[in-house]
Amino acid sequence: MSSITPQEIKAEFLKSKIGITGIAILSILIFTSIIVIVVIPVDTFKEWNNPGNWISYPKVAIPVWINLFLSEKIPEHKILNTPNVNYDVSEDTSITSHQFGVNFDYGDFPNDFIYEFSAKYSETPLLQMDVIRPDGIQLKLLSTSLPYSDSNSIHSERIFSTDNAIRKNLYLQSDKFLFPINNLSAEDIIFSKTENHEPLKGNYIFLIKMYGSNSENQISESRLIIGGKAFGIMGTDELRRDLAVGLLWGTPLALFIGLVVAITSVIMGLLYGVYAGYRGKKTDETMMRFNDVIYALPALPFLIILSVTISNSIFVMIGFLMIFGWVGIAKVARSMALQIKIRGYVEAANMMGQKDSKIVLRHILPQLLPYAFASIAISVPAAITTEAGLSFLGLGDPSFPTWGQILHDANVYGAAARGLWWWIMPPGVMIAITGLAFVFIGNALDAIVNPKLKR
Amino acid sequence: MTLKRYVATRLITMFGVLMITLLITIALVGSNMDSILKQGVVFQVRSEITENPAIAESFSSVDEFELFIQTQIEQRIKILGLDEPWYSPQRIGLTMYKILFLDFGHATFLTSDSGSSDVKEIIVEKLPRTILLFTTATIIISVIGIFLGTLAGSKVGSILDRITSSFAIISSSFPVWWIGMLMIFVFSFVYHIFPARATPLIPSSDPSYIGSLLYHMTLPLITIVIIGFGSWAYLVRNFIVGIMQEDFIIAKKTMGINQKKIIYTHALKNAAPPIVTILALSLSGSLGGAIITEAVFDWPGMGRLYFEAITVMDLPVIIGATYVLTVFFLISIFVADLLYGYFDPRVRTG
Repeated sequence: MSSITPQEIKAEFLKSKIGITGIAILSILIFTSIIVIVVIPVDTFKEWNNPGNWISYPKVAIPVWINLFLSEKIPEHKILNTPNVNYDVSEDTSITSHQFGVNFDYGDFPNDFIYEFSAKYSETPLLQMDVIRPDGIQLKLLSTSLPYSDSNSIHSERIFSTDNAIRKNLYLQSDKFLFPINNLSAEDIIFSKTENHEPLKGNYIFLIKMYGSNSENQISESRLIIGGKAFGIMGTDELRRDLAVGLLWGTPLALFIGLVVAITSVIMGLLYGVYAGYRGKKTDETMMRFNDVIYALPALPFLIILSVTISNSIFVMIGFLMIFGWVGIAKVARSMALQIKIRGYVEAANMMGQKDSKIVLRHILPQLLPYAFASIAISVPAAITTEAGLSFLGLGDPSFPTWGQILHDANVYGAAARGLWWWIMPPGVMIAITGLAFVFIGNALDAIVNPKLKR
Repeated sequence: MTLKRYVATRLITMFGVLMITLLITIALVGSNMDSILKQGVVFQVRSEITENPAIAESFSSVDEFELFIQTQIEQRIKILGLDEPWYSPQRIGLTMYKILFLDFGHATFLTSDSGSSDVKEIIVEKLPRTILLFTTATIIISVIGIFLGTLAGSKVGSILDRITSSFAIISSSFPVWWIGMLMIFVFSFVYHIFPARATPLIPSSDPSYIGSLLYHMTLPLITIVIIGFGSWAYLVRNFIVGIMQEDFIIAKKTMGINQKKIIYTHALKNAAPPIVTILALSLSGSLGGAIITEAVFDWPGMGRLYFEAITVMDLPVIIGATYVLTVFFLISIFVADLLYGYFDPRVRTG
C-alpha cells in the first residue's frame, strides 16, 4: 500500500464519473433534507400517526400528476379554504354569504363533499347551501337552522354530503333531471348532466348563506372539501396521510441512520483492529477471538430479538446496528496495521520511546484514512437497508416515518393486491437511490485506494 | 500451525459462539419466558380444580380454598424449578443443555401444519422448505454468476463487462423484499401469472403438493436470483481480472495458448478457492435474509416461522429457530473457513 495524499485522492476522485454521479445524488439528497427540516415543520412528522391530523385528506388517493397522462381525468381532491365573502346588513337582518368556485373537469364523480365551518352568532340563524351548476341550474342543497344561542357563541359543524336533508332536498328537485335519481348519492346528482348520468364539466359555485337578525353574525372559518381520488404529488395512503410528507421526512432520517451507523462503526472497527494489530501477540489473539465471536453471530435474527425485547426506539436500533457493523472493518484494519507497523518510521518512533497511543494515532491511523472513507461509503447502504428491513417487518420505530415504515404500512394494508403502486414504488426507489449514491462514491474511492490487502 | 490445529481452534471458536448466542438469547427472553411458564402453571392448577368440583366442595371457607390453590401452585413451581430466577446458574445450565440437544419444549401459540405444537417438529417441517428455496436460488445464482463473470472478466471494458458491472452495483442497492413486493404486484395482480401467496393451499399430505409447492416457489426464486446474480458476476469478474494479470497466465499467453483455453482451464481453476468460499458464505447469508424475504412472499419456511413467532412472542419457537439458524450459519462459516485455510496456507499461519 503506497501512501496517497489527500490531494491525489481528490484529483483522482474528480476524474471518476461514477464518483461524481454519487456526489451529485448525495448533494441532492442532503439539499432535500435541509429544505425538509427548514420548510416542513417538525410537528407534521410528530403528527404522522395522529389520524386527526389527516382527517380532511382523501383515502388512498393517486398522485395528481397522473392526470397529465389521462384523457378522462381522475377527480382531484380539493380543499378550498378561501371563499368569496359578502356581507349584506340591513336594519333587522344580516346575510353572510360565502362562495366557493370549483372548476370541475374530470371524467368521474367526486367521492363526497364536506363543508366545515365555525360561526359566531346569537339566536337561531338560518344556514342555506346552494350550488350553481355550469349549465345555470341552481340546486338547493340544504336549509337548516343552527342551534339556538343567546350570547355570541361560536358553533362549529361539519356538513357531509351524506346528510339526509341534502338528499331529500335533491329528490324534491328530481324534475330537473331526465333520469331517475332516487338511488344516487348527493355528489352523483349535483355533478351530473341532466339528460344522462355522466359528469358535467365546468365551473360550479357552492353558495353558503347565513341569515340572521343580529348584525354581528359571521362565519369565521369556512372550508369546502370536494373529495376526490387524486391528491398531492405523491398521493395518500389508507390512513389519509400525505405520502409526500412521509417520503420527504424519510430522507434526513435515512441519511442520519446510515451516516451515524457507518461512521461510528468504521471508527470503532478501525481503532479496534489497529490496536490489536499494533500490540500483536496475546492481545491480538484475544481481541481477534472476540471479533470472531461477533462476526459469527447471525445479525438479523439478533437484531429482531433485540428490538422486540429491549426497545424499538430508532436510537437504540442505531446502537444495535453499530454492534454488528464494526467487525469486518476491524479485520481489515488489523491486517493493514500489521503491515504498517513493520515500516521503518514506525519502528523508529517506537525506538525513540513514543507512547503507543501516539504511534497508533499519529503514524498508523492516518495511513488507513482513505480506506476508512471508502468503507464508510460502502457501509451506509447496508445500514439503511437493514433499518428499512426491520421497519418493514414492523419492528421499527413507529413514531418516525422512515421509508421502511411506509412500506410496512403498504404491506399491511395490501397495497400490492389493490394496485396502489404509488404507495409501494417511491419508498423503495428512494432507498435504492440513497444506497446507490453511497455505493457509487464508495466504488470510486475503492478504485483509487485499492487496498490489495482486502481479501 | 498445522491444518489439524487450525480446524480444532475454529471448531472451539464456533462452539463458543454457539454457547454465547444461546446465552444472549436466553438472557434476552428469559424474564418473559419465566412469567409465561408461571402463568401456565397457574392456569393448569385452576383448570384441574374446576374440572374436579369435589375438591372445591371439601373446603368450608373461601379463604381456605384459596390458600390450598396457592400452595398447589407454589409446589408445582418448585417442582419445575421456577422458584429460582431464570438467571440462576442451574436453570440457565439446564435450559442450555436442553436446547443443545434440540429439546425446545412446546410452542405457546404456533403449531406445525400437521397440528403439533412441539417446536422441534415445527422446525423439522419448515426447514426443508427454506433449504429448498434458498439452496436452489444460490445454485442458480452462482452458475449464472460464474458464467457471466468469466465472460465479462475475459473481455474487460467490453459492453458485456460494463453492463454486468453496472447491473451488479445497481442491483445490490435494492432491498430484495422491495423487489419482491414489486414482483408480486406485477406478476400476481397486474398479470395473473404466479400466485401472490407462496403457501400452497392443498394439504401437505396430497401427492400433488410438491408440484404446487414448486409452482408457488417460482416467484420468490426469480426475485432472489435477479437481485443476487449481479454481485456474484462482479466478484467472479474481479477474480478473473486479477488472475489474468498474474505472470503464469501472461507466460501462457506468450506461449500462444488460445485465450479461451487459458480462461476456462487455468484462470477459473485458480479463482476456484475464493469462489467456493463465497458460495459457502452466501448460503449462510441467504438463510439470515430469509426472514424478510419469506415474510414478503409468505413462503412457509423457517424465516416466516421466525417472523410469526416474533409477532405473537412465542418464546420457545424464537429460541429454537434462533438456535437452528445460528447452527446453520456457523456450519457454513466453518466450512468457508476450512476451505479458505485449505486453499490458502497463509491463513493458517496468520
